[in-house]
Amino acid sequence: MKFIDIVKTAIANSFRSKLRTGLTVIAIFIGAFTLTITSGIGTGVTSYIDTQVSAIGAADVLTVSKAADSTSSTTDGPAAYDPSKATTVSLGNGSRPGTTIQALTAKDLTKIAKTTGILNVDPSVRVTPDYIEYDGKGKFEIIVNATATLTTADLAAGAQLDNSSTTDQILLPTTYLKNLGFASAKAAIGQTVSIGITDYAGVQQEVKATVIGVQNETILGVGAGLNQPLTDRLHTIEVTGAPAGATDSYATATANFDIKSTPAEITAIKDDLAKQGFASQTVADTIGSFQTVINVIIGVLNAFAVIALIAAGFGIINTLLMSVQERTREIGLMKAMGMNGGRVYTLFSTEAVFIGFLGSALGALAAVGVGSLVSNILADGVFSALPGLQVVQFAPSSIAIIIGVVMLIAFLAGTLPARAAARQNPIDALRYE
Amino acid sequence: MSVPVLSAQNIGKSYGSGANRFDALKGVSVDIRAGESVAIVGKSGSGKSTLMHLLALLDDPDSGTLLVEGTDAKKLKGKEVNRLRNQDFGFVFQQFFLTANATVLDNVVLPLKIAGVPPRERKARGMAALEQLELADKARNTAINLSGGQKQRAVIARALVNNPKVIFADEPTGNLDTATGAVVEDILFALNKDKGITLIIVTHDIELAARCDRQIFIRDGLEDTTESGTPNKRHPGAHAGAHA
Ligand SMILES: Nc1ncnc2c1ncn2[C@@H]1O[C@H](COP(=O)(O)OP(=O)(O)O)[C@@H](O)[C@H]1O
Ligand SMILES: [Mg+2]
Repeated sequence: MKFIDIVKTAIANSFRSKLRTGLTVIAIFIGAFTLTITSGIGTGVTSYIDTQVSAIGAADVLTVSKAADSTSSTTDGPAAYDPSKATTVSLGNGSRPGTTIQALTAKDLTKIAKTTGILNVDPSVRVTPDYIEYDGKGKFEIIVNATATLTTADLAAGAQLDNSSTTDQILLPTTYLKNLGFASAKAAIGQTVSIGITDYAGVQQEVKATVIGVQNETILGVGAGLNQPLTDRLHTIEVTGAPAGATDSYATATANFDIKSTPAEITAIKDDLAKQGFASQTVADTIGSFQTVINVIIGVLNAFAVIALIAAGFGIINTLLMSVQERTREIGLMKAMGMNGGRVYTLFSTEAVFIGFLGSALGALAAVGVGSLVSNILADGVFSALPGLQVVQFAPSSIAIIIGVVMLIAFLAGTLPARAAARQNPIDALRYE
Repeated sequence: MSVPVLSAQNIGKSYGSGANRFDALKGVSVDIRAGESVAIVGKSGSGKSTLMHLLALLDDPDSGTLLVEGTDAKKLKGKEVNRLRNQDFGFVFQQFFLTANATVLDNVVLPLKIAGVPPRERKARGMAALEQLELADKARNTAINLSGGQKQRAVIARALVNNPKVIFADEPTGNLDTATGAVVEDILFALNKDKGITLIIVTHDIELAARCDRQIFIRDGLEDTTESGTPNKRHPGAHAGAHA
């Protein structure tokens, strides 16, 4: 029997008992549908994160901090207090108010700078202005996006922050426009806003800044971005009047390394820093841990889908065993007419694969339809604050893989009945009443 | 004399094992020559079908030797056995074994499909075989809608479609009324006479057996030599009387 005839016959056979085939197809459909949706969510979220990450152009930056004391593990209890270790709780140097973390001192910065592979190091400065105001239309609270100078913003209008510029620049999120009194993103560009900030002595001062751009809000950084000159100016005001020594320690520092470094070289730099007592993370590391969480969730959903598919596999076994039973005469007749066992085997496994294909193709198709619809509704509704987020996205390659895997499962499920069919004795068929 | 198409030498076959063991065939020797028509006659359960299945290479004998054109069947490869079943043998059974919801033509061309003949040629040869049996107008009907006689003619068309050397027929008229049975018999004997196809008919019908060149009587798994191979085949009355 020619292969094309085997395929045609197998397809025709699967349609012979429509109800039975239909029920098996539904079981596979459910599994394939779930798998396609979860993989679609995976693709959607990952691609969103990827665009966010690619917005963070700083692939050559390490965020360095003092490593948490290795002795303060859960089993050993807290480490003994050591007054010689610098701690930092004050504002203006990158620490969160109220937390006590090991601070980086000027000495530490020199040590980091001397580490092989590190090109230069800058202490991270975090400023906390009180308010922002445009044209006397009211003061509003302002949140500063600490990573703004490291990232390439997803612009709605205007230009990126320029750290080498001498002017004080601010990048506003789209969500600020209405409250501040701008008609549109375009209208805000080039306008001057006032930023209020309190110095160490408690006196409030005002600084002017030019709106250089308006950005779509991202999941990684919420708030307004400030360029380096503006940050420096605000920091200077914040530490005005501070006692000596209170300002020369920092929670974190950003270190640059050669952008051409290989992952192995980056690991070597991080290991080297770790040996000296510094913890360091690239931007990719930070994003990576976020992605790991999402991957775990998707993995769990996928596991459920695979369980559904395995159950469907037993459905295939059952369906085909019944077919083999029902077609005893026919199989026997074909064998009496010189059809070899291998072809009979192929005939039944092709039928299994076809049922698998039918279920998975329909399931994937339905998933794409439903997923796209829901995704569009969510993008306009719940997720409208996150422009560009399509929660469910479908990659043709992953759909092809899903269909392929389901067909493989179907083939494996079909081997048992197909073997039973191939081993049929023609005589049994001829004696079958 | 030429080599027999099929030659069984003292073949035996038993079913089951241990206490359930049943010797269906206890050592039968038969030579089938090209172009002859042979009847295997005997009561129900005597082992006729078992013998036919062994001759048709559908089953392996437990003892004795089966020669196919002088070659020991045991030495034939699976592929060769399949080729013989597909190309050289045609089968007609009491139960028709037609796929009920497939068309008559599809049923008839099944052996060609198995042989890997391309669709166009399959159709042409299938239609030719149906024409020969005056069933061409039913080619597109589903098999289930045919009458008994039409079904058996479709089965004969299927047996013929590969131009076999031997047709095995197991009780070919068993499910048909006398008149229809007679028509089917005529068709089979015409094929034997006009095309030289060797005919092996299993039957318990003495009259049908008498129309064959030669009869092999089987009783309880053994050949009943007192009745077999009578040269007086033109006088069927004698045998009919003996078994009446
Ligand atoms: N598969 C089988 N298992 C057990 N006994 C069988 C089997 N096939 C046939 N027999 C027995 O072998 C004997 C001969 O059967 P068979 O050749 O079909 O007889 P016939 O065709 O002459 O009626 C019968 O008694 C039958 O019951
Ligand atoms: Mg019988």
